[in-house]
Amino acid sequence: MDPLAAIRETFFQECEEQLAELEAGLLAMEEGDSDPETINAVFRAVHSIKGGAGAFSLEALIRFAHVFETALDEMRSGRLAPSGEVLKTMLRAADVLADLVRAAHDDDSSDDPRAAALVEELKAMSGGAEDTSESEEDWGDFEFKPQVIAFDAPAAPAGYVVRFKPRADLYAKANEAALLLRELTRLGEAQIELDAHDVPPLADLDPEAAYLAWTVTLTGDADETTIREVFEFVDGDCELDVQPIADGDGGGDGGEALPAFDLSALLAKVQQDGANDPPLIVQPDEPETAPAAAIPPPPPAAPVTPPPPANDPHPDAQGPGARKAAEGATIRVDLERVDRMIDLVGELVINQAVLAQRVMEAGLARASAVAVGLDELEQLTREIQDSVMAIRAQPVKSVFQRIPRLVREVSAMTGKPVRLVTEGEGTEVDKTVIERLADPLTHMIRNAIDHGLESPEKRAAAGKPAEGVVRLSAAHRSGRIVIEVSDDGGGINRERVKAIAVEKGLISAEATLSDEEIDNLIFMPGFSTASEISEVSGRGVGMDVVRRSIQALGGRINITSKPDKGSTFTMSLPLTLAVLDGMVVSVSGQTLVAPITAIVETLQPKAEDVHSLGGHARVISIRGGFVPLIDVGLALNYRADPLPATQGVALLIEGEGGARAALLVDAIQGQRQVVIKSLEANYRQVPGVAAATILGDGRVALILDIDTIVAVSRGETRKAG
Amino acid sequence: MSMTVLTVDDSRTMREMLRLALADAGFHVVQAEDGIHGLEVLQAAAERPQVIVTDINMPRMDGFGFIEEVRGDQRYRGIPILVLTTESDAEKKNRARMAGATGWIVKPFNPVKLVDAIRRVAA
Repeated sequence: MDPLAAIRETFFQECEEQLAELEAGLLAMEEGDSDPETINAVFRAVHSIKGGAGAFSLEALIRFAHVFETALDEMRSGRLAPSGEVLKTMLRAADVLADLVRAAHDDDSSDDPRAAALVEELKAMSGGAEDTSESEEDWGDFEFKPQVIAFDAPAAPAGYVVRFKPRADLYAKANEAALLLRELTRLGEAQIELDAHDVPPLADLDPEAAYLAWTVTLTGDADETTIREVFEFVDGDCELDVQPIADGDGGGDGGEALPAFDLSALLAKVQQDGANDPPLIVQPDEPETAPAAAIPPPPPAAPVTPPPPANDPHPDAQGPGARKAAEGATIRVDLERVDRMIDLVGELVINQAVLAQRVMEAGLARASAVAVGLDELEQLTREIQDSVMAIRAQPVKSVFQRIPRLVREVSAMTGKPVRLVTEGEGTEVDKTVIERLADPLTHMIRNAIDHGLESPEKRAAAGKPAEGVVRLSAAHRSGRIVIEVSDDGGGINRERVKAIAVEKGLISAEATLSDEEIDNLIFMPGFSTASEISEVSGRGVGMDVVRRSIQALGGRINITSKPDKGSTFTMSLPLTLAVLDGMVVSVSGQTLVAPITAIVETLQPKAEDVHSLGGHARVISIRGGFVPLIDVGLALNYRADPLPATQGVALLIEGEGGARAALLVDAIQGQRQVVIKSLEANYRQVPGVAAATILGDGRVALILDIDTIVAVSRGETRKAG
Repeated sequence: MSMTVLTVDDSRTMREMLRLALADAGFHVVQAEDGIHGLEVLQAAAERPQVIVTDINMPRMDGFGFIEEVRGDQRYRGIPILVLTTESDAEKKNRARMAGATGWIVKPFNPVKLVDAIRRVAA
């Protein structure tokens, strides 16, 4: 790649990091963080983006970043108080900046109207501080004089006489008179006279003081501005006088007296003087560190050779590389390689299981050396598997990070002030789970604000603070990750939910439903509570889509709601999509796997507990309650006639929202961890089947999609009833 | 012998831009990410840099602090230091000079001006 294009990519990567830092900093300030380093980091982020944008001439980005930076600088310097309102605007500005960065990356030059609006807001905040830095520029007191003289001498002068007397400060800043004189010689023909009158006797000589002065008569095309530019860096650290050579006068008092030798001759002479006159060299062993006040400058042609760093304690250490190596805590690995390794480890686990089974079949004693070795192998395989899975694990932070912006946008759209509280950002889960979590989470947060929170007026009437709170949290709980989205709004309006469900034909008007069942109606396909489709949530997708996305990840979602207190959506997801703890069962001669997380208990149905509802629909009485009894063989069309309940085993399972059902299978074979093989990727989607796995004996077993089976059977039960 | 230039900037983009421009001009480039790192690199460098180019806004130790440290060290005080500033910010320029900066380069720099500025302060 062209090196500049590569740097451009680096720039955009860096922008993303800085945008994250910017947002995190602003959010921390919103939470009351008053550490000056926080605002400094925020400022630096915008400043760096602007700097890089400048290098690539990304005009829209530069303009916006500049205004943003100016406002942040006001805040940094304490002239603008970081109030809630100010920070909200800053956060919106950060969002716009992020959009502009992405637009610049995609070479999209379309104008963002929000950018223009925010520029005005930011400028208003900065209180016109905008242009001060520019106007302060270059008000050096002697900038005016030359212009006056230029008017006095309308014809271009033949040249200029430059009088230059460095002050000690010039040398202290590592400027070098000889280099400046060399620059002058590049502008035209220069005659240089050294004035060493001020050099005191050696005893009085201060090595750090400045004693020398030069008068340069420069003839050629160079104008005064160009000459002064040479001295740009030493402005104020020297006495500088630039006068045009007067006609016939030869230029000022010293002009005619100038000896006619060039710079190199002067330098050579001075240097020779120095060499012949050792006392003049004050610190011969340290020529570099002593300012060159009384020491003749080196000839311009010869580069200054630095003395070796004699007191360098680590001559072998190699600059930034050394530090990087010490820090080297992470490496970047192609995701494909990790996935391939995970796949291979999956195969290894299967293979190990096959081997174990074969050894058992061979009739070897449990205590035999082979069996013991095999146990150790199993242990190791498990550990490898866990370690490999851990490589894919990432903190949910990457998803959580996108939420504050979403909240701000939805808050602005709905006019409901919202405070977002996040917890457990560091909780780790498989990368794929994280990626696929973004959409459902976005939807749920939108819903929480749009439908969950009441309007500010209603909140005020209910005696609640105007600002609604949306809480997003993640935590590990018994081998799964649990993510909760809760709001402190009005809770589910159960009457309305039920009315809508009846209206849409989802339930019959006479149905008696528990509060919990009503709450769970919102997950039904075709249900949408917003009577008019709102700009925020009205996208034609409802909570049923959220539920299906979560299910596709092997997760569950349910809701709890309290009137006037708010609602909480709880999602429970597996930490990895690669393995599953399963209950291996047989149904009509087939081996199937049911996810153990869904199973509450197993039981042997008794004839008196099972009641037929007509058709194939049956319910089973468990401790006084009735749950539907679903014949898995029937549900999957393995058989046409139902299995007598007493001949099978029932798995009591709990689906979404705590809905219970009993799955009737022929027999239970045992529990085991299975490696999930996607059925969709290798074959196609099959209703009622979530995935497949390979068992120890090498046979393929299907993994049941319990919720689908329950949903399908329920529908049939309802129809039958 | 090629001249060694130490660049101190917290932005990866800027560091890379500087490296590209300076390497193209035949300089040897060593890099640091902030003032403190800059001092470490200076201590550890096998070859003392002849010129330092530093940014101002940096975490841990900013450009002003870095310049002051360099100027306060007998071994390094003679090294010319150019500061990177944006849009000829007069206030920052003056502060940098007070701290002991030799000269400045206005961002976004073009490679020719950068190299010119370096040649103006170093032999």
